[in-house]
Amino acid sequence: VSRTRAPAALAVPAIAAVALVVLPLVYLLLRAAGGGLDVLEVLGRPGTLTLIAKTFALVAAVTGTAILVGLPLAWFVVRTDLPARRLIAIAAPLPLVIPSYVAALALLGAFGPRGLLQQLLEPLGVERLPEIYGFVGAWLALTLSTYPYVFLLTGAALRGLDPALEDAARGLGRTRWALFRRVTLPALRPSLGAASLLVALYTLSDFGAVSLMQYDALTRSIYLQYRSLFDRTPAAVLALVLVTFAAVLLVLEERSRRRVRASASGAARPPKTIPLDRWRWPAFAFCGAAVGFFLVVPLSVLVYWTVRGFELGHGIDVAWQAALSSVSVSALAAVIAVVAVLPVALLAERYPSRWTRTLERLGYTGNALPGIVIALSLVFFTANYLTPLYQTLALLVFAYVVRFFPQALAGVESALQTVHPRIEEAARSLGHGPVRVLATVTVPLIRRGLLAGAALVFLNAMKELPATLLLRPIGFETLATEIWKYTALGSYSRAAPPALLLILVSAPFVYLLAARRGSDVSAPG
Amino acid sequence: MRKVLVLAVAALLGVAAGCGGDDDAGASDKLVVYSGREEELVKPLFDRFEQETGIDVEVRYGDSAELAATIAEEGDNSPADVFFAQDPGSLGAVEREGLLAELPQAALDRVPARFRDPDGHWVGTSGRSRVIAYNTDALTEDEVPDSVFDLTDPKWKDKIGIAPTNASFQAFVSAMLLELGEERTRAWLEGLKANDPKRYEKNLPVVEAVAAGEIELGLVNHYYLYLAKEENPDAKVANHFLTGEDPGALVSVAGAAILETADHADAAQRFVEFLLSDPSQRFYVDEAEEAEYPLVAGIDAKPGLPPLDSLEGPQIKLDDLGPELEKTLELLNEYGFTT
Repeated sequence: VSRTRAPAALAVPAIAAVALVVLPLVYLLLRAAGGGLDVLEVLGRPGTLTLIAKTFALVAAVTGTAILVGLPLAWFVVRTDLPARRLIAIAAPLPLVIPSYVAALALLGAFGPRGLLQQLLEPLGVERLPEIYGFVGAWLALTLSTYPYVFLLTGAALRGLDPALEDAARGLGRTRWALFRRVTLPALRPSLGAASLLVALYTLSDFGAVSLMQYDALTRSIYLQYRSLFDRTPAAVLALVLVTFAAVLLVLEERSRRRVRASASGAARPPKTIPLDRWRWPAFAFCGAAVGFFLVVPLSVLVYWTVRGFELGHGIDVAWQAALSSVSVSALAAVIAVVAVLPVALLAERYPSRWTRTLERLGYTGNALPGIVIALSLVFFTANYLTPLYQTLALLVFAYVVRFFPQALAGVESALQTVHPRIEEAARSLGHGPVRVLATVTVPLIRRGLLAGAALVFLNAMKELPATLLLRPIGFETLATEIWKYTALGSYSRAAPPALLLILVSAPFVYLLAARRGSDVSAPG
Repeated sequence: MRKVLVLAVAALLGVAAGCGGDDDAGASDKLVVYSGREEELVKPLFDRFEQETGIDVEVRYGDSAELAATIAEEGDNSPADVFFAQDPGSLGAVEREGLLAELPQAALDRVPARFRDPDGHWVGTSGRSRVIAYNTDALTEDEVPDSVFDLTDPKWKDKIGIAPTNASFQAFVSAMLLELGEERTRAWLEGLKANDPKRYEKNLPVVEAVAAGEIELGLVNHYYLYLAKEENPDAKVANHFLTGEDPGALVSVAGAAILETADHADAAQRFVEFLLSDPSQRFYVDEAEEAEYPLVAGIDAKPGLPPLDSLEGPQIKLDDLGPELEKTLELLNEYGFTT
């Protein structure tokens, strides 16, 4: 690890990028400060403590199941001779493109009190299914939306794993389980940490699933406060509680990461495929069940609604224009986000010091905020101080970059961790300056990581709703606003076609993301 | 590779700019409306206004409360000329920020005094009544309570549906607070709570749950019945209108206001007048699928609906509902309806 001072060519853009990303925090502090002593009053309410506890429970449960689902899937797909693993490799990350409010609606459509399952079971005398509203529903819907992060990030790490480590352990006569626990798992720690962080932040900031499932998380309360329209202090205070929550998670993750830094080796040969033997079919059953529950079920509900729409005589009106708009703004946001995170990630990884690490952590904090808070903060700053930019496409793209900065950061950082600094040192010894080396050696080496970060931003921007509604130019429709147009009315049969289109349009990008280093995923050896 | 990337980004920029539609220079002579009313419901009105007046309209659709919060953050720099909102609460919030202009008396006089702001800053454009929706398989209309206070009877345990986080339910509780005071409202909330009502996010899911027999009664606005029937024409659900001064008979409005800072004040005024014109009011009777009440005298509601004059409701001012909301939320929170 280089001990030299961070070059200004990196530090200046990195600081500028993070300063823009934390704008929503500045706004919240302004609003909370305007509230004076009310801040203490809001924090002291008995309800606030309950909200925090409930939010914590949800974050813990969702992060846990996201790992329990995502990690085995990734391991089976990348490392074993699982049947149909190519198909599962493509299907497993797809729920990432389902917006959480659509996921929640679809789960309700399937398992709700008047859902499809109930209708199927009615002839068998089943009158009431277990309650899905509340914790269980929010937990399932958010697991659906988040386990792909674990799948994608740990999958990438598994592919980059140095087989020499495992060979050595096997040589020592370790069992397969011991091998996984003592060798594979520790090597996965950084990617597992990064993925858990994204999962936890997503859960903290989500509003769609918790509101539809009627679970009282902090975000739901923040929205209610905004709806009540009186005083913006309570909403700001609760949002700052979310940020504090995120800060604790960020510090914890940073600690766990420090212990295992620099384990990557840049392995040249692909890891060995592990034969599952008699576990092949049980493993396949697990993967099939996961994909079935988290992908096939919601898709089936959406298809069912679409068909019902046909029967009701709704015409087919494919929202191609909205799809094109969604793809272009999301792609722009993805490219800009990756360019913006690059200096932050390079600084934090190559010039680690207290301030560069803090800067990097700050880049994550905004992600804990629900979209409405980010949207209103940008309304406040641009309408009042940057009027020509207000409600332009440029602002919308900027909002996406702010909201999904961490997704880009996680993608780029995990790629950087696989490039050993020694390669850069070699280039430096040939007489090139540090910035030049980063530009000509490091960045080309991590271009797949850049693509992965960009794809994560893209997919999230495709489904973003609250900021889109308030900041888009008038008349600019995205697929998310098309879906909202009908869900706001409760007309699911009309909301389903644009939701299916959103999934259809996003799917190829998930494929790119999942199948990167495509050769490794190809037929088992 | 790099060239391809540069070209791709350039192409995207082009497409994105193209999708933006109208260029900014042209936007300045268009009337800008922030609409909390759904596009599916009100777009025909905007189209007709454009045709009749030749004035181009740009509409930003969103949630009423979120748009009100947006206008509050925009302050004097709001691009909006008109705020067309779902409820008096959102209009009142913007009014209290001092951002609304006074409407011309002629426009205000089109609707009865109880459906507009006493200070003349906003005016109701269509009405909706609270009702008890009931499952027609489980109950006859006679069996449906005639007062919300009967809902605390233990016989309705597990059979009631509400949408406590929805603005319309909150307005109804606010009306109860204003009319009957805190003590009776608390007693009612406690009694309702004891009956374990099922909670839903919005009115329409309540109506659908009633239709499905999941619950027997739902506290909703009258027009959701028509939206539910649109999704499922055989839905087993009907409305029961309450009479007298029962808070459950509250009649509220969607309404419009003009921003103090409107760049197109004349066009904005014409738009508000247009919303209150006879043909526009008839739109709610003849065309709109959700059957709201027209508010202008001489235009009868959709057949099958009790006449607007016959709906009394609590003796309160709609304008007072907004300021009462904070207390309502506290109570709903205290009794665990919204946590």
